[in-house]
Amino acid sequence: MLNNLRQLPRYRGLIQSLVARELKARYRGSVLGFFWSFFNPLLLLLVYTFVFAYVMPPAQLSEIPNFALFLFCGLLPWTWFQASLIESSNILISGGNLIKKVMFPAEILPIVTVLANLVHFLFGLPILIAFLIYFDAPLQLSELVWFPVVVLVQLVLSVSLALILSALTVHFRDIKDILANVMTLWFFATPIVYYWKFAPVQIRRFLDLNPFTHLAISYQEILYFPGSFGHWKWLLALGAGSVALFLFAYFLFDRLRDSFAEEV
Amino acid sequence: MNAIEVTHVTKIYRRYARRKQFATLKSALLTGSLIQDLQPDETFPALQGVSFTVAAGKTYGIIGRNGSGKSTALKLVAGITKPTSGTVNVRGRISALIELGAGFHPEISGRENVFINGIMLGLTKREVAQRFDEIVEFAEMENFIDAPVKTYSSGMYMRLGFAVAIHVDPDVLLVDEVLAVGDEGFTHKCLDKFGEFKRRGKTILLVTHALSLVERFCDEALWLDRGKVRGAGDPKRVVGAYLIDVERSEERELALAEARAQASSQGSEAGSHGLEVSGGIPTSGGAGDTEPAAEGGEAAAVQDMTQAVEGRWGSREIEIVGVTLRGADGEAAHIFQSGEPLSIHLAVRAHQPHDDFVFGVGLYSADGVTCYGTNTQLEDFKSDRISGDGEVVLQIESLDLVEGTYKLDVAVHKRDGYPFDYHRLLYTFRVKTRTREVGIYRPRHTWSFSPGVRLTKI
Repeated sequence: MLNNLRQLPRYRGLIQSLVARELKARYRGSVLGFFWSFFNPLLLLLVYTFVFAYVMPPAQLSEIPNFALFLFCGLLPWTWFQASLIESSNILISGGNLIKKVMFPAEILPIVTVLANLVHFLFGLPILIAFLIYFDAPLQLSELVWFPVVVLVQLVLSVSLALILSALTVHFRDIKDILANVMTLWFFATPIVYYWKFAPVQIRRFLDLNPFTHLAISYQEILYFPGSFGHWKWLLALGAGSVALFLFAYFLFDRLRDSFAEEV
Repeated sequence: MNAIEVTHVTKIYRRYARRKQFATLKSALLTGSLIQDLQPDETFPALQGVSFTVAAGKTYGIIGRNGSGKSTALKLVAGITKPTSGTVNVRGRISALIELGAGFHPEISGRENVFINGIMLGLTKREVAQRFDEIVEFAEMENFIDAPVKTYSSGMYMRLGFAVAIHVDPDVLLVDEVLAVGDEGFTHKCLDKFGEFKRRGKTILLVTHALSLVERFCDEALWLDRGKVRGAGDPKRVVGAYLIDVERSEERELALAEARAQASSQGSEAGSHGLEVSGGIPTSGGAGDTEPAAEGGEAAAVQDMTQAVEGRWGSREIEIVGVTLRGADGEAAHIFQSGEPLSIHLAVRAHQPHDDFVFGVGLYSADGVTCYGTNTQLEDFKSDRISGDGEVVLQIESLDLVEGTYKLDVAVHKRDGYPFDYHRLLYTFRVKTRTREVGIYRPRHTWSFSPGVRLTKI
């Protein structure tokens, strides 16, 4: 396992060109091309703002000013997370040709999926910045330095889960179908469309068990709420947990590796 | 020094039962037995204790029937799968021509795919850039390289895949039956490239059904049969042994098919027996022609040959109880070399004495073309008398047919066509030649050339 893990940096070039290929291929043939990376989160935000600010506003809406900005802080990273997991659950099967016919390190495929979606996330950031400026968000440099840390933690967490999901889906194809629903549930179990502090205390305890809760809160505290970034302990704990999860995920992936060529 | 060492390798594929696959996640979660569920239900040994070594710079061929484990062996050498037991050692950079263009993305251009494919096969970006023009030229793709791969024809796709893989400049090249990717010209180019590899001292492992290629190119060959090594060594000898084995099993299959055809035709014929005798007109389509063609019934019957189905009919007053084909050595056989003698032996039995009977034989190619048909009436024999058991032999001195499968009609009928016993296409035999001429008839021939025209026999 450690041997294979050490090989991983050697595939930098391959990962790079595969990510570039993913991005190029995705919008090939569409009129707006890369602009969809901007428009997609924007449209999604419009839908959610419409529903949660006008159709069925939560009781505490008045206590969350600039609701659209609040929503966007959680929604943009969530889109990255969700797309990464759903796409990578199927990636080994759809990339079966490579695994079966070419000597190819399979773990590259889920990693590329997460990275390609990270790039989409980064493309969405200009819109977020525009929002921040428009709503005159209370940004502080001391908080903003945490932003890359949050992104990094989310990256490690996403890669770990992507490795596990992609490896298991080879054996249990049902995961693919279940996952879409699990992700919807997960979305609402994460304080993205509502404010964490307004959740009932009993429920808050469960929310704390959800790793993405801490990512969402971190994004919100850094970008939306005034005051210093108080959630950093949780974030670092989650970071440590994600690294441990990554080691476990890689171990599991490595154990199942030999079965991929025969099963996909 | 050996480039490839395969030692006592066994590869067992696991099969998971279908039904279980659907229930697995639930059961795995309920019983918490993830690992247990990953245990296979059934195993299938693709390779059993296979060992071989390929010295550096040699070209090594693996032959064998479908399902004999050739491709598995290649995948093990390529490192795509791991052996269940045993070891595989390969020295140097490997490039595997197993599936050409595996990993091409349909939406992006050929140019970008060449780069990514090259990097996948172990080149750096700069190395691909250096070889890019050469790759495109080799693939004959200059005009299409910037079009998305999805617009390529399958031939273009394969050519580009081949060109990339071959320009990786490996120390060990693994080739799995990929030479059928282009037109004649491209195939020659590929063979030239292999030749160049050979000259430069690279090792090639070739899996193919093209035996002539193995004989021509390989320094050594390995014959796999159901996952085991059946022979190894000099390619001509291994290919020869393999061919003999293939012929033997074909022989067995033909004998089996013949027995089956006769058994089924006898079964179906029993019920309608009476009708045929009273009407005098056989029910089967092909034989209906025998009535108007009073003379030479055999010749008339063959006109409708394309619609013919195998079968047996007739009144059986005179019966053909057995048909054997014998070759030069007098042994019953189903496979004959072109140009060798063939004799068709009909064991006949007359249940009552008769003086009006004609024996006939018809010979058809697999696609229904009449190759030859004759009978005793056409050849001016006047029937005098038959009673009891006897034998009729048609001796063909030289079976001058091209390679292929042929079917045989044998019949005994009255001069006016009334069938005693008609066996329609019930007997199959195969003709083999050492050469690959086309057509039906293979006349005895020799080539000769005036001194100015020089050819050398290979």
